[in-house]
Amino acid sequence: MVCDNCKERDAVINLTQVEHDSKVTLHLCEQCAQEKGVETGVAVLKSPLGGFITAMGKGTANLLPTPADGLRCPSCGATLKDFRETGRLGCAECYQAFNTHLRDLLRRLHGSSQHVGERYAAPGQEEADPRHRLLDLKEQLRRAVENENFELAADLRDRIRVLE
Amino acid sequence: MIDLSLLPDGGMRWLDASGPKGSIVLSTRIRLARNLQGYAFSQRARDADRTAILTRVEEAVSASDRLGGGVGFRLDQMERGDRQLLHERHLVSKELAGLDREARPRPGAALLVQGPIGVMVNEEDHLRLNGLRSGFALEEAYANLEAADGELGQLLPFAFHAEFGYLTSCPTNAGTGLRASVLIHLPGLVLTKEIGKVLQGLSQVGLTFRGLYGEGSEVVGNFFQLSNQTTLGKSEEELLDHLGKIVRQVITYEEQAREMLLQNAPTEVADKTWRAYGLLKYARSLSFEETMNLLSGVRLGAGLNLIPGLSVYTLNKLLIFTQPAHLAALEGRSTGDPELPTMRATYVRRVLDAEAG
Repeated sequence: MVCDNCKERDAVINLTQVEHDSKVTLHLCEQCAQEKGVETGVAVLKSPLGGFITAMGKGTANLLPTPADGLRCPSCGATLKDFRETGRLGCAECYQAFNTHLRDLLRRLHGSSQHVGERYAAPGQEEADPRHRLLDLKEQLRRAVENENFELAADLRDRIRVLE
Repeated sequence: MIDLSLLPDGGMRWLDASGPKGSIVLSTRIRLARNLQGYAFSQRARDADRTAILTRVEEAVSASDRLGGGVGFRLDQMERGDRQLLHERHLVSKELAGLDREARPRPGAALLVQGPIGVMVNEEDHLRLNGLRSGFALEEAYANLEAADGELGQLLPFAFHAEFGYLTSCPTNAGTGLRASVLIHLPGLVLTKEIGKVLQGLSQVGLTFRGLYGEGSEVVGNFFQLSNQTTLGKSEEELLDHLGKIVRQVITYEEQAREMLLQNAPTEVADKTWRAYGLLKYARSLSFEETMNLLSGVRLGAGLNLIPGLSVYTLNKLLIFTQPAHLAALEGRSTGDPELPTMRATYVRRVLDAEAG
């Protein structure tokens, strides 16, 4: 469809306006939409937060790398590919099975992968000793530095600080 | 036909506009997503798992002090019109009610209600606990909900991970599983054309907006749901505090916009409001969308005291009862009945006449 405004470029956005109780829908190209003060999806993508914003909602799964698609959750049988396609995990165990991929995704989605809200222990189950958790994190930090993954290392350092 | 009178206030106490900032903020809603250990998430679960989950949740709810003695609705055993009715009351999501084309509710899909708290079972997550309040009341809504969640968590084993927090079907909800949304009416910002900037600003501070019915719904009648975008890496209090601060700011902007309209364009605002009122009062056929837009105009006027004797409560009720399933139930018709627009106009007229005394 051609842009209603310049009648040259392809329309990429439908702008619906209600004026005097009648509805007018304009089909606009990115440039004309911007001139009318409408933030287009394309423009959002170009902003520094664009990657973060598109990561929300149904687009989430597409952020994951493809080679690991065959990775399978031993508990429910869901694969990483299933997650990429549906945007939904199969079960709680998937978080452990796809641990490294999800940690990366969660950090992109939420800015962190470390839960700092209320702690919870199911009835009859004691919460894991935080000291074990700390040792585990320190081991992860050592590996991250070894692999020169400094972004992850910084995140781990922050999480260790919280626990300490 | 379901018996909604089982719900003491029809699950709609939030409509009474008694809450703080009631003329701008309709309601505050907080939901917590929880899943049970040992079962696949709803989409992947087998039907037998889903019904087993429902049984366990029902048992826990009746054993709980705060949630016991409530009312339950089996969505999977209800007619479409009734399911739509619960959706129009904001008690169940479109997904749980199976309202999408060709969709059916999942076996075991249910809603359990006790006072201001509703528990959706077998939604995207096994449990979605919802707390609903009139007006702008994040703290009250959360206090209630947190207590109910604490109780259920001691009766049922929730899936929780030391690093990732509460585990949810979609990673966008992991961590706290908390999504708080404030349903807010922003005609002033729309009329002064400031709304674009405000909405753009929201995404930069980690908030998002949706339409009247939440995820995937269109914005109609200048009603927006503002909510937190992220759920992990911040505590429940931080998330609520942040949303609260931003919403307070948006309310101030809206109040300023209305003030500006009154000062700079008093005739236009009065004209818009009274035209909307006139159409609602005298039209002989009204579509739902038109009704929403007119109600928005009248609501603005009522908020500015331009229309004397018209309460926000009445306008809130009109908002709910002119929806297709409500109107159809009231008139004993189907939601697709071609005469609904005529009936809607008659209904609106009757309510407004009664209000005028």
